[in-house]
Amino acid sequence: MSEHIASPKLYFGIFLALMICTAATVWAAYINLGQFNIVIALAIATLKATLVVLFFMHAKYSPGRTQLVIFAAVFWLGIMLALTLSDYTTRHELTQQQAHPESLVARRVAP
Amino acid sequence: MHRTGELYGQFETLEQQKDTATLGMWVFLVTEVLFFGGMFMTYTINRHAYAAAFGVGGNTLDLKLGGGNTVVLIMSSLTMAMAVWSAQVGKKQLVTLFLILTLLLGGVFLGVKAIEYKQKYDHHLIPGQSFDITFCSNNPAPCGISAEDAAKEKTEIAEAFAKDPNLNSHAQLYFSLYFGMTGLHALHMIIGAGLLLWLIKEAVAKRFGPGYNTPVEVTGLYWHFVDIVWIYLFPLLYLIDRHN
Repeated sequence: MSEHIASPKLYFGIFLALMICTAATVWAAYINLGQFNIVIALAIATLKATLVVLFFMHAKYSPGRTQLVIFAAVFWLGIMLALTLSDYTTRHELTQQQAHPESLVARRVAP
Repeated sequence: MHRTGELYGQFETLEQQKDTATLGMWVFLVTEVLFFGGMFMTYTINRHAYAAAFGVGGNTLDLKLGGGNTVVLIMSSLTMAMAVWSAQVGKKQLVTLFLILTLLLGGVFLGVKAIEYKQKYDHHLIPGQSFDITFCSNNPAPCGISAEDAAKEKTEIAEAFAKDPNLNSHAQLYFSLYFGMTGLHALHMIIGAGLLLWLIKEAVAKRFGPGYNTPVEVTGLYWHFVDIVWIYLFPLLYLIDRHN
């Protein structure tokens, strides 16, 4: 079994796709989409990163155990981001309730 | 590091030996993902808490330099991938050429980064005693911006101050993270440039071909990873609040 050799044509195609994505992310940044600006910016960045990992880094043609290691990296990063953010983004509400406990009582009493 | 590509005793085939080396680099890159991930996490939490200051901070960055550098770095990833391909198909002179091109593009990136850092120094945007987020809006001439742009920046900063009275402190937090993250990224580029120098020396000696190209492949993995870090840094640092 010999190693897979990707063609230069494919590499140039990926390069072009990355350039188009870069232009798209700059263009999208100037449109006011409120909270969705950050979502779009990160979605485009993730698309670019996926292209680089799959083709430039040959992950598509790598053995399964290498792909498992790559998946593990993304998975553990996801755990760190998701659990930390679920804490930080909900703290404001809690401190509000501690500062104004009567609001909790009022809510409980209300029908 | 095996330098000639002979089969080592613990492996059965050269292919297995190469797969093991690549897997080793990937395991190192996993630790790098979590290392940079921690910094991105810190950035996200602070951006969430001090959105006004981070917006103003991000808009002071030079989009032309940052965007240009993104293009340069992606080009260097292409030349790196082409260097690996040249070795795989046995075009030994092309390996050297593409490695030199990669090194040059990496050098251009670092040079532009140095220009940006100098600009931040001139604009009083280095965290510390002399930090002043309003400096350029009050002194358009030394910052090289038009009076019109300065007036626009002034209103933007005034609006942000209304939302966050401690804007100057929180903008320093943005710039601390800006220098920390881009500095760490630049350090990785410098290490990558060192590896490229060694690869170029070996490539000139015509060591890399279809039978033996593991160092080019493995250094390529590292180089592409550093590119990916920038792919995330660019929108997060430069583009977050351009729509305002």
